[in-house]
Amino acid sequence: MIKKSDLILAGVILIIALAAIVFINVTKKEGAVVVVTIGGDVYKTLPLDEDTTLTIGDKQGDYNVLEIRGGEAKMTEANCPDKICVAHRSIHYDHESIICLPHGVSVEIRDGEKSDVDMIAN
Amino acid sequence: MKTRNVAMYGMLIALAFILSYIESIIPIPVPIPGIKIGLANLVVITALFTMGPKQAFVLSMLRIVLVGFTFGNLSTMMFSFAGGMLSWLLMVAAKRWKRFSMTGVSILGGIGHNIGQILVAMWVINNSVLLYYLPFLIISGLVTGAVIGIVGALITANIKKLDFMKN
Repeated sequence: MIKKSDLILAGVILIIALAAIVFINVTKKEGAVVVVTIGGDVYKTLPLDEDTTLTIGDKQGDYNVLEIRGGEAKMTEANCPDKICVAHRSIHYDHESIICLPHGVSVEIRDGEKSDVDMIAN
Repeated sequence: MKTRNVAMYGMLIALAFILSYIESIIPIPVPIPGIKIGLANLVVITALFTMGPKQAFVLSMLRIVLVGFTFGNLSTMMFSFAGGMLSWLLMVAAKRWKRFSMTGVSILGGIGHNIGQILVAMWVINNSVLLYYLPFLIISGLVTGAVIGIVGALITANIKKLDFMKN
């Protein structure tokens, strides 16, 4: 039922995936800003060290509530069907993200330098 | 169409439909966009090994349309189509290669499903940051694919024992 080649396949895939996870974890660094995008367009850029609550979208239609507290960002509320974004743990490392696919919303952590350029560009 | 195939289609679509429903009521343990258990792939892979690639494709697509209209919407259907097609493609290729048993084929199918979904997701949110989820999606596809492949092999062995499959 299981051939040796199946095990080799599984092993190779597992090693590649684990190596990628280790690499991501070793190279991660603290982020500085939270970039919120809707469908790829930047909706808002917020500093990570300032406690705020942001409603993305409007309460009449599709919305997500983002909370920044104690240097961490978390989606506290949303009216999307799957609620994956609300279940996601808080994020604060560079390149971590919370995605709400039904609403096309992404909340992404970035380091300060890159985002300064973004803010000027916007 | 042979009567045998009509019976098989009916039975497998019903089974795929039920499995999709069961999957929809199981909460996802890890909140990663695009992650799926892929229970219905059990039916697609069984069809692939008992009926053939074409039949497996038809089944997979019919299931997605039916389930999409019943439990989902157009946007969830788009994710399923991408996942379903990439999964089917990888499974057919792996089966043709003849190196792997059903378990290996199913592992590639499970991974293909998750990668297909994340590709559409990247396109929808227009952001490559989702790539950071890829290693987790690959491992999840590997585990669920392996389990489904082993169960699928048991089902396939039993279906092949049925009298009407022996002509």
